[in-house]
Amino acid sequence: MAGLLGALTGLGGGVVIVPLLVVAFHVNVHYAIGASLISVIATSSGAAAAYVREGFSNIRIGMFLEIATTLGALLGAYVATRLPTGIIAIVFGSVLIISAVLSPLVRHSRKSNRRADALAVGLKLNSLYPTPDGPEEYQVHQVPAGFGMMFGAGTLSGLLGIGSGAFKVLAMDQVMGIPFKVSTTTSNFMIGVTAAASAGIYLRRGFIAPGLAMPVVLGVLSGSMIGTRILVRAKTRWLRAMFVLVIAALGVEMIYGGIVGSF
Amino acid sequence: MAESNVSRKNEFLSKWNDERVERILGTLLQTGVIISGSVVLIGGVLYAVRYGRVPVNYQSFDPERASLRSLKEVGWGALHGDGRAIIQCGLLLLIATPVSRVLFSMIAFALEGDRLYVAMTMIVFVILLYSLFGGAG
Repeated sequence: MAGLLGALTGLGGGVVIVPLLVVAFHVNVHYAIGASLISVIATSSGAAAAYVREGFSNIRIGMFLEIATTLGALLGAYVATRLPTGIIAIVFGSVLIISAVLSPLVRHSRKSNRRADALAVGLKLNSLYPTPDGPEEYQVHQVPAGFGMMFGAGTLSGLLGIGSGAFKVLAMDQVMGIPFKVSTTTSNFMIGVTAAASAGIYLRRGFIAPGLAMPVVLGVLSGSMIGTRILVRAKTRWLRAMFVLVIAALGVEMIYGGIVGSF
Repeated sequence: MAESNVSRKNEFLSKWNDERVERILGTLLQTGVIISGSVVLIGGVLYAVRYGRVPVNYQSFDPERASLRSLKEVGWGALHGDGRAIIQCGLLLLIATPVSRVLFSMIAFALEGDRLYVAMTMIVFVILLYSLFGGAG
């Protein structure tokens, strides 16, 4: 189920898995994050093939922004493996609530007539994407701001074991003006690499427990294979509404757990 | 003569266009996931057979379970049929999947003659290697 939702929203599923393991199964936060990172890689890689066939994702945008996300992921993982679990849980809950509140406020970016960022031209980020009326051109804006946000998204990913796809999509869709479907699929592409950057550190610190990661990975893998097939057909608006609902529900759950102090 | 060389080169390069590269990358990722998923499944079955009835507590961090941290330990255990080590092996393969995608992208960009993106991909690759093998953990 988490895998299905994760693939659907481009979230990577981590945002669902960590609270589930911590709240419902009383798993240590560090172990939960380790297992989640692994599942995030599985979802991202498993879904990528299907996304790629649709021709939405932009490999250059992805690779350029991955410099920011992987550096952030290193920082996040380094900090998280040294923080007490209680603090991570509180940060996790806050991030969920913030994203739930912000999400309905952001409008779907309309095609702008602004001229493309000179950096975007230099970096060859502008491209085409398939629409019902044939391939359409798009231009990338505010490259430095987007790059900075991606560093933040990477840090969150390493800190909380989430794909932080929501923040990646936010940065690409809202800040850089990249079409929504290109943003979600490129984000999915980037999530795996970002998570791999922090998973290495978690592994070497001993926070990836095979007995725990095994069922999580297998569950998520079977879910993600189904999820991608739905995304390709799904309407963007429906996708967004679903995404906001999931985030809001989890935020409430984590805040409740935080107040009670159960982890 | 020179002209035909140029056109042949262009023909070769056009085969390496982005769309084709992305398609190959997608297949690479899916293959990696299927292989690592199968290894995890095999290890999981062995693990369940041996430890299936032992209750496990993941509530607190246990350094005992943290023994499978290095490539050497994982490889040794996997060769001796330890289910946990085989699972960990599969997890390592899973982590290696996006890493290999980055490596393949680098080759693809090099074949396209896109030096800027070879350099960018190289940076990402070095960061990933640092995470897996680097000093501070």
